[in-house]
Amino acid sequence: MIRVTLPAHLRRLAGTGEEVTVEVDGPVTQRSILDALERSYPMLRGTIREYGTNKRRAFLRFFANGIDVSLESPDAPVAPEITSGTEAFMIIGAIAGG
Amino acid sequence: MSGVRLLVGTRKGAFLLTSDAGRKDWGISGPHFPGWEIYHMNASPVNPDRIYASQSNAWFGQIMQRSDDGGATWSAIGNEFAYEGIPGTHQWYDGTQHPWEFKRVWHLEPSLTEVDTVYAGVEDAALFKSTDAGTTWTELSGLRLHNSGPSWQPGAGGMCLHTIILDPVNPDRIFVAISAAGAFRTDDGGKTWKPINKGLNSQYIPDPTAEVGHCVHRIAMNPTRPDVLFMQKHWDVLRSDNAGDSWVEVSGNLPTDFGFPIAVHSHEPETVYVVPIKSDAEHFPLDGKLRVYRSKTGGNEWQELAKGLPENNCYVNVLRDAMAVDTLDSCGVYFGTTGGQVYASSNGGDDWTPIVRDLPAVLSVEVQTFQ
Repeated sequence: MIRVTLPAHLRRLAGTGEEVTVEVDGPVTQRSILDALERSYPMLRGTIREYGTNKRRAFLRFFANGIDVSLESPDAPVAPEITSGTEAFMIIGAIAGG
Repeated sequence: MSGVRLLVGTRKGAFLLTSDAGRKDWGISGPHFPGWEIYHMNASPVNPDRIYASQSNAWFGQIMQRSDDGGATWSAIGNEFAYEGIPGTHQWYDGTQHPWEFKRVWHLEPSLTEVDTVYAGVEDAALFKSTDAGTTWTELSGLRLHNSGPSWQPGAGGMCLHTIILDPVNPDRIFVAISAAGAFRTDDGGKTWKPINKGLNSQYIPDPTAEVGHCVHRIAMNPTRPDVLFMQKHWDVLRSDNAGDSWVEVSGNLPTDFGFPIAVHSHEPETVYVVPIKSDAEHFPLDGKLRVYRSKTGGNEWQELAKGLPENNCYVNVLRDAMAVDTLDSCGVYFGTTGGQVYASSNGGDDWTPIVRDLPAVLSVEVQTFQ
């Protein structure tokens, strides 16, 4: 099981707590984690990645094991701490807008 | 029991304001979707318990919500608005071409006859239609693909399709308005569109009488006379008596003819309401006095409505989708401000009372009437 933490707005939208768990088939990457997340919570489609391009939305960042991995390839393996469930894959909204 | 329900969209959530026909005592529920911008909510005339809401913010994009129980509970519905084909480009602020990019839904217009059909006007300007109660959306691309499309340019608020009016007599006729392209009409259910901007004169664009390029802020219609339209343009208030084929200015004695919303009395089709705003540089009322102006002559002769409205130090704005009328015997008129007030008049504008004073900035107001 992969642990994922959501920003407050998305928790409310998905009706979850701060952290959810998802099952990922195959290699654990940003893409496979987010695919699994959207399968479990379809209302999150389009809110983290843009429709069509699947690009990360501009005001969001992804952290794995305390490291900002937002600019890494979505198909790169994530840190083993995420794969093992020791740490959560974090989706964070940028502090912007005053 | 007769009464009304106001659907109020704000910068930080949605609020539902309900009253009996007296419209003196109000119940308020909300915020629904707290922290999110609610650009618009609108209910189905076929099933008044069905309400749609456009929920968005800069971080997480566009969410769509639907309630089937009058706003008590909500469910997220389809939020994919994909332009048909390769979207192409439109004119950007600096005159260069810029890719068409979906940003948000500005306006929702449920069908007058089909319970599962609803239209959405979006930024960058396009019209979408759903026939499954918002589960999926399909672009009516004939509008965006009009040969003038590459010349459309955003207004200060973005290139938004903000007005959708469904003709109650001719189901194939729809009017839309886009900032800053102008007004358009289809007579074949959305396949083809024609600009309807003849008579508009916009001194701030290179060709003041161009076929497209006008910053139309809002259009309103009384459903008993679908060929008569009233328009609040960036500057100027206009009317058309031929379904938009031509327009004449009816600003008359307005103290300023800049503004955003315009509404028509539900029983008196020549009675029109606007909220004059000082200028495009100063988006607040003249002299700090919030005023509605009413014409009972279809324009040109305007009467100041002041009773119950702020007399001084009022520097709010009233946005284009933030005014509505009910259909009770004594027509109710409502508007919301960027200062978070929602004002109501239960007698056609003679007297005004704030229903609420301290909401987040109001983006939109719609009203449902229960007879």
